[in-house]
Amino acid sequence: MRLSPDDMIFWRHGFLKLNGTIVFTWALMLVLAAGSKLVTRKLSTDLERSPWQNLLEIVVTGIEKQIADVGLRNPQKYIGFLGTLFLFIALASLCTIIPGYEPPTGSLSTTAALALCVLVAVPFFGIEEQGLLGYLKSYTEPTLIMLPFNIISELSRTLALAVRLFGNMMSGTMIIAILLTITPFFFPIAMSALGLLTGMVQAYIFSILAGVYIAAATRGRKSKAEPKQPLTA
Amino acid sequence: MDSVTIIAVASIVTAGLTIALGSIGPALGEGRAVATALSALAQQPDAASTITRTLFVGLAMIESIAIYCFVVSMILLFANPFWNHVIAQTAGK
Repeated sequence: MRLSPDDMIFWRHGFLKLNGTIVFTWALMLVLAAGSKLVTRKLSTDLERSPWQNLLEIVVTGIEKQIADVGLRNPQKYIGFLGTLFLFIALASLCTIIPGYEPPTGSLSTTAALALCVLVAVPFFGIEEQGLLGYLKSYTEPTLIMLPFNIISELSRTLALAVRLFGNMMSGTMIIAILLTITPFFFPIAMSALGLLTGMVQAYIFSILAGVYIAAATRGRKSKAEPKQPLTA
Repeated sequence: MDSVTIIAVASIVTAGLTIALGSIGPALGEGRAVATALSALAQQPDAASTITRTLFVGLAMIESIAIYCFVVSMILLFANPFWNHVIAQTAGK
């Protein structure tokens, strides 16, 4: 049984090989890039606009609102990173309705790469927001004793991000493959519908968690000075 | 029993135990989380969007523990490093 699209080899030449993960990732990148290029070719600010522009506007404003809800002050700055993460993972799991396709996020290499992006992005945005010293100081909050634990948590949450997404995607395809051998026709359809839901939730979770980590890194000690938000808001 | 059989038996039994024991905790945790969220929703329907979002994030965090167990059991069954090591050794003989 195939555990991940890594084992699905399309082309091999000596050391180089083209496996399913790479091919499907490239296809998704192509779809996302070409799709947004095509839609944004002629944008209009009138009331008259193309349905595709409407769709993209809904997606972008929706993501922006979610990022703002997480607690990031100006979502415009982070939407490039967080929005891309969300769109890529969401499209990767949505495309499972296409026969013969396997989500590239079902391979640990892809999810590890995405989680490493988050690992790098968190200090990047944190240093940009509060300077190198301010950011490094946030590791010693609340006391200096917590320094090793903060560093461990930084690493372990990266691992958790990667394994969570991988496990969810892999279990989806795995369960469908197992069910196909036991109860061939009807039950796998229901499970793949459930897989679509899980995929969307995981895409949401991944980008929201990345947003939460970035928010925690950029906020720093400034939040202490601010008045507390009323609970009913 | 030769070592291949021992490794096979240990892997299969451990894989089953991993997913069986590992899903008890997350199941209890998710049940509690959903129950609390439902009562919170009943008390404050206005905060539904916030509660639902937090619930989903929390559920995914809890569920990831079960997913870790699943990944470990899948590794034991399909990508067992000890198994591969022994197979490679016996093939080399």
